[in-house]
Amino acid sequence: MNESEARSLLEIADDELILGWRDSEWTGIAPLLEEDVAFSSIAQNEIGHARALYELLARERGITADELAFDRSPEEYRCSRLVELRLLDWEKTVARQYLYEEADAKRLAELMQSSDPEISGLAAKIDREETYHRMHAQMWFDRLKDEPRFTAAIEELRPLLDAGREEHTSELGELWDEMTMVRRSQPAGTAW
Amino acid sequence: MVTTEQVWEALAEIPDPEIPVISLVDLGVIRDVGVENGSVRVEFTPTFLGCPALEVMRDAMAERIRALGAEPEIVVRTDDSWSTDRITPQGREKLRESGFAPPAPREASAPTLVQLQSNVFRCPYCGSTDTRLENIFGPTPCRSLRYCSSCKQPFEQFKTI
Repeated sequence: MNESEARSLLEIADDELILGWRDSEWTGIAPLLEEDVAFSSIAQNEIGHARALYELLARERGITADELAFDRSPEEYRCSRLVELRLLDWEKTVARQYLYEEADAKRLAELMQSSDPEISGLAAKIDREETYHRMHAQMWFDRLKDEPRFTAAIEELRPLLDAGREEHTSELGELWDEMTMVRRSQPAGTAW
Repeated sequence: MVTTEQVWEALAEIPDPEIPVISLVDLGVIRDVGVENGSVRVEFTPTFLGCPALEVMRDAMAERIRALGAEPEIVVRTDDSWSTDRITPQGREKLRESGFAPPAPREASAPTLVQLQSNVFRCPYCGSTDTRLENIFGPTPCRSLRYCSSCKQPFEQFKTI
């Protein structure tokens, strides 16, 4: 794995972990029951993708996937501004999903060309699962594409797609506090 | 000394943790079994990477192999070489009998929303194709929700992956 691939995999893993957490925030409070189910399932998939990517990266560094996922400080994450925002607004959530899936498909297509079979194989597996997320995003895009609040959300969020990977908002810090609370409450060396 | 056949037989007794009517062998997720000097290496692929049953399956396999008197090594393969096409014919029949429509074959191109919304999917209860997509997602990552307009019954469709 070369340095550029490792950087790219970490960005994707962090995006998927953080977006998975954000998606899970809709469990139980989505505007439709079917979307409670959908967002919960999408969240589970995204965190599964993050886990598989962290495992590849952690092995190279001689640490565990959990250590890589949770034992960094918030400023060390390489997720984008788009995924770290706490959105409790349906139009923006759907707009984020649409923008994210579109961009994610492009970078996965690149990774599928990797000369490292572990990376290209994993990217292909992830891409196949993401097909269902893209269908879901497209369905909502088609439904809302003429709604001014939705098109405004798309325009507002589009610039954040690849922004803020080096510098995060306080919203990521708050999410990190919640995400790592149980882990940090245990003494070092705890056997999970 | 444990043999490859004994390992396959033991693994065939492990039910899928979330759809217990079907075994891990019928589900086709066990990719390879290798036996060498008293240790057994099993390679398997989760249906979806976020499958919450992954650890349960891994532990169940390790336990069965230890019971055969061998040391297990369970390897998770996370590439795209597994597909739902590997579910055995018996496995597909068991799914149908318990109310899960088996997955459609994986085609050269990825499935589309138009395909999922079409009514070619057969109801596992009454056999009608007058069915519609309710939700791409379901109670686990590997399932979608459909509704049969003929017998008025919701059912779960195994996703093609």
